[in-house]
Amino acid sequence: MPYIIIDEERCKGCGLCTVACPKKLVSLNDQPNALGYTVAVFNNQENCTGCCFCAEICPDVAITVFKEDLR
Amino acid sequence: MTQLFSRPSSLKDVQTHFCPGCHHGSIHSLVARAMDSFGIAGETIGCASVGCSVFLYNYFHIDVVESPHGRAPAVATGVKRARPDRIVFSYQGDGDLAAIGTSEIIHAANRGEMITVIFVNNTTYGMTGGQMAPTTMPGQKTTTSPNGRNVVNDGKPFRMAELLSNLDGVAYSARIAVNSPKNIIQAKKAIKTAFQYQVEKKGFAFIEALAACPTNWGMNPLVANERVGNEMIPYFPLGVFKNNDNL
Repeated sequence: MPYIIIDEERCKGCGLCTVACPKKLVSLNDQPNALGYTVAVFNNQENCTGCCFCAEICPDVAITVFKEDLR
Repeated sequence: MTQLFSRPSSLKDVQTHFCPGCHHGSIHSLVARAMDSFGIAGETIGCASVGCSVFLYNYFHIDVVESPHGRAPAVATGVKRARPDRIVFSYQGDGDLAAIGTSEIIHAANRGEMITVIFVNNTTYGMTGGQMAPTTMPGQKTTTSPNGRNVVNDGKPFRMAELLSNLDGVAYSARIAVNSPKNIIQAKKAIKTAFQYQVEKKGFAFIEALAACPTNWGMNPLVANERVGNEMIPYFPLGVFKNNDNL
């Protein structure tokens, strides 16, 4: 199952990933990070297809996408 | 576990100084990915301009020469002629390339210098405080056009990619945007082709990247991103305007 990891210290909370995700699995958090930005959080891991759109559009390259290999 | 997306290796693992939602970061990462795909980061020399793109040396694992305002294509010409074995590119904004350095870019392009030029068009002078640039959209309010750009007095915005594609010295000229995943995929391909022209010693390549500047446009990042698609792309159409060797 693919999943993404968002680097909370790098995220500036611009929200571009929230509109890029075709399944709307990314949203902005209410709680700010150390720099005061309300960072993006990943919800609903089951539906992620690993399309990488969120990571491609992130201007700060704060998103890494992984896929667990089938055994 | 397989990593489907990771940071390009030519891009340093540091926080950038760009504002939230600024497209410079996306364009940096596409340039880094193009260098990675040819494995040329070790032999690349960048020519940074004056503007928000000034800190190129902080963000790439390459050598960078700082150029005076607008003169990056002239500096890149010198670097490339002195070291023809190196890959040389300039990275400039619209205040830098389309206003102050118009003469330098047109002559470098006309001479057909073997360099790659990345031109980031965000319709304003970003770093200096949002003044009007030659690429500012008709009616757009900036700090030096508080009532909006008046096309009667100030003319209409420059279309640099089309302008340069008419010169014989230019081998490749394209306009890209990074506002949506679809445009990013095309942008990635265009930037890679622009570097391929230089790697294969085929001539001058020019990329115009449309970008958002949420801070100086006075918009939040999502609205600014939408403006690129709604207002800029209709005036500045995306596409390849010249591709001499069909790479």
